[in-house]
Amino acid sequence: MKKYFPIAALAVFVILFQAAASLAGREYYLTQLTMAGYYSLVILGLTLVMGYAGQISMGHAAFFAMGGYTAAVMTTHDLAAGGALAQAAVSLGLTVTSTNAFGAKIIHFSPWVSLAAAVVLTVSVAFLIGIPILKLKGHYLAMGTLGFGIIVYRIVLGTHLFGEADGISDVPEFGLAGGIAVSGDPASRVQNYYIAAVMVILTITLLLNLVDSRIGRALRSIHGNEEAAGAMGVDTSRYKLSVFVLSAVFACVAGVFLTHFNGGIGPSQADVMKSVSFVAIVAVGGMANLWGALVMGVVLNFLSLRGYFGSYDELVFGGILIFIMLFFPDGLLRAENFRGPAALLDRARSVLKRGGDNGIS
Amino acid sequence: MGFLEVSGLSRSFSGLRAVDGVSFSVEKNAIKAVIGPNGAGKTTLFNLIAGALEADSGEIRIRGAAIQNLPPFRIARHGVSRTFQNIKLFSHMTVLENVMVGRHIRTRAGMGQAMLRLPGSRAEEREIRERSMEMLSFMGIAGLADQEATSLAFGKQRILEIARAMATEPELLLLDEPAAGLNMYETAQISDLITKIRERGVTVLVIEHDMSLVMNISDDIVVLASGKKIAEGKPMEIQKNEEVIRVYLGDEDA
Amino acid sequence: MSLEQFLQYVLSGVTNGSIYAMAAIGFNIVYNTTGIINFAQGEFAMLGGMTAISLSAFLPLPLAIALSVFLVSLVGALVDFAFIRRLGKPTVLNMIIMTIGLSIAIREVALHIWDEKVRSLPYFTGTEVSSINIFGAYISPQVLWVLGISGIIVAGLALFFRYTLTGRAMRACASNITAARLCGINTRNMVTVSFMLAAAIGALAGCIVSPITQTQYDCGTPLAIKGFTVAILGGLGNSAGAVAGGIVIGLLEAFSISVLPLAYKDAVAITVLLIILFVRPAGLFGKKEAARLKEF
Repeated sequence: MKKYFPIAALAVFVILFQAAASLAGREYYLTQLTMAGYYSLVILGLTLVMGYAGQISMGHAAFFAMGGYTAAVMTTHDLAAGGALAQAAVSLGLTVTSTNAFGAKIIHFSPWVSLAAAVVLTVSVAFLIGIPILKLKGHYLAMGTLGFGIIVYRIVLGTHLFGEADGISDVPEFGLAGGIAVSGDPASRVQNYYIAAVMVILTITLLLNLVDSRIGRALRSIHGNEEAAGAMGVDTSRYKLSVFVLSAVFACVAGVFLTHFNGGIGPSQADVMKSVSFVAIVAVGGMANLWGALVMGVVLNFLSLRGYFGSYDELVFGGILIFIMLFFPDGLLRAENFRGPAALLDRARSVLKRGGDNGIS
Repeated sequence: MGFLEVSGLSRSFSGLRAVDGVSFSVEKNAIKAVIGPNGAGKTTLFNLIAGALEADSGEIRIRGAAIQNLPPFRIARHGVSRTFQNIKLFSHMTVLENVMVGRHIRTRAGMGQAMLRLPGSRAEEREIRERSMEMLSFMGIAGLADQEATSLAFGKQRILEIARAMATEPELLLLDEPAAGLNMYETAQISDLITKIRERGVTVLVIEHDMSLVMNISDDIVVLASGKKIAEGKPMEIQKNEEVIRVYLGDEDA
Repeated sequence: MSLEQFLQYVLSGVTNGSIYAMAAIGFNIVYNTTGIINFAQGEFAMLGGMTAISLSAFLPLPLAIALSVFLVSLVGALVDFAFIRRLGKPTVLNMIIMTIGLSIAIREVALHIWDEKVRSLPYFTGTEVSSINIFGAYISPQVLWVLGISGIIVAGLALFFRYTLTGRAMRACASNITAARLCGINTRNMVTVSFMLAAAIGALAGCIVSPITQTQYDCGTPLAIKGFTVAILGGLGNSAGAVAGGIVIGLLEAFSISVLPLAYKDAVAITVLLIILFVRPAGLFGKKEAARLKEF
């Protein structure tokens, strides 16, 4: 039970933060934290793939975008003028009527339906792409997944259906149950903050359970020594594919929710840099460290969204990557990094003293 | 028919015949040693049996079932487990966790059950843990359970690798030079362990260079040289076999 | 398609392909000596162009270019001294993230030095409207400069690696670094030379193509991606393959606009990359084992 203690602590923190923000009249912090929370869902799933199964994926923003764009397209497309298929959809109860920004009533697919469709699409693509791509290793896997991400980016950027460079806006809210809805309405800021928090807590609970299980150990064994894992009976190809698809689902759902929250989506959500930032945050947080990834994900995204670094945002990000890879290559949030300033100074000195080509080639 | 039947097994690398038409069989519950000078093809033979390499020709049968060219994880499910010449422990995992991975093929809880911590998977987890600790005790390294596996002393790492392989409850255990790099005391420990493993009903095929170990524990020996089998028989016969002596010590005229 | 159009496409394709090949060669040089894929390679090209543009304001063009190449090669050395030498035992992922971080940092520094305006070097000969008629196809004289200088670089490198001591020392490092050390080669310095050489080639490529494609603070990354595609296509580490690969990709891209909407042109190279990775990761000319090597 002790591994659930941090989850309880997280829940407490969530509540306290909200109370503080509301009291201080800074509720817009909640908006940024909500967004950071959704990005963290992607990062948590990616941690499973990278830290536990040991595979690099530099194209995960593509799955996020798949989720978001599917939701956006399906909930903004007016079926009223549609043909027989559209009528069938309406009669099956798959649709919902809402009023768009221009005051017109449109009939569109219900967000639940589009969520389901998004997941089905993402699972299919992840499965199909995963089979050949996960046979690659190292740089080739990185480039393969990067390539996949770029193709998806080019598709959303260049296709009229997806709004090309402008993306899709005016995405309606996602009514969950009993009046609670994922939406960008400032009045429901607090509500949405808690929705995101629940998603994050749910995700990390599920993943912590998974990691501490037979499957989790099988994944770690693949990362620890893939050949030996196979010799011990672990079907490595199947597991690599399973976690890849599972992480794609997390990214997809995050994309759907964030799109409804933001009321829209644009091609920048599929950009290579987004994928790279996810990978970097996992590496910085400590690879096989779900809590590390969550903390770094929320903190870095939050700071970036708040614009703390102004026009130096990207430079700071690049600098952080370099710094962490030099001084904390195993990740930042590890027990051995918290042993006090003397140990850290020691490490700094030994890194700066290095001058050989140790480890290279 | 023997428990393990190898017939006409061959594998070449760029024209070099690493294993050349090797045939032999191993009786159930026997301890059979594979010996031969360096480069004789012993580890290649193991890799073929364990599925790490594909054979160019020949057959490998366990209890009559053909397993040649199956992927390693399927062969493990046929009851074959192995250790490696250059120890391949799982990094970033403890001693106990390494052994627990060995229980993988004997357990079933899937992803969904794991994520939701359903009662069935919790019970299975407990059992995995108990059985793994039991195996560590059997091997005499229970006290090291929570240490990181790769931080262990070399001799203990070898024992751990055997424990991990044993956790899969194999019917056939392939040991690749288990005594390599060990001192006399550690070698004797390994010798004991192999005997205890046989008492548990496991059939053992072991590659070894340490002749005293081989002569002590083997029921049977097969000798390879330059990829071919040059002799097979009881330890006493092999010791006196002229061909065997020649490949090890070299010709007087050479 | 008329002959003139066909030729137009061919020349356009080969021109772009040469630049991709230059980037790929830069990757290969560093990869061969260190096993590192330097994601910042594209930034060297960008820096080369930008620096030359700034210098050309008060220096004659050839001097501006030469000085720019020299300065960027110093940047390459700096990257090695300040960062690459500080790496411990990096995993593939560590190196990827590290060089991505460098790429981002260099790009952002360039943004702050030069802002986001698009600039370009002046045409080496003539202006943007001059053109030469080759069998009916009209091309800018700059195209000849690109092809000519790329050819000289490739030939020069071939001679360098074959006949100079440093070149052969670098090949030794690529082949077997321990043996190279045992022969008394200072492998550490060879790594620095590799980075400087890769930076210089990248810079020169950035300069010669600047009049045609313009230079902007973020033009490095797309070039790096295409360059990496070409490097893999030709076989990672194989520079002759890189040249062939560059021409292939360049031609495919050029001809693709006759069948695909322009928006998808950039995706052509990526699609080729994915096909290669799935079918034959060793590339057209690489060795099969090389593709399975580098682990995570």
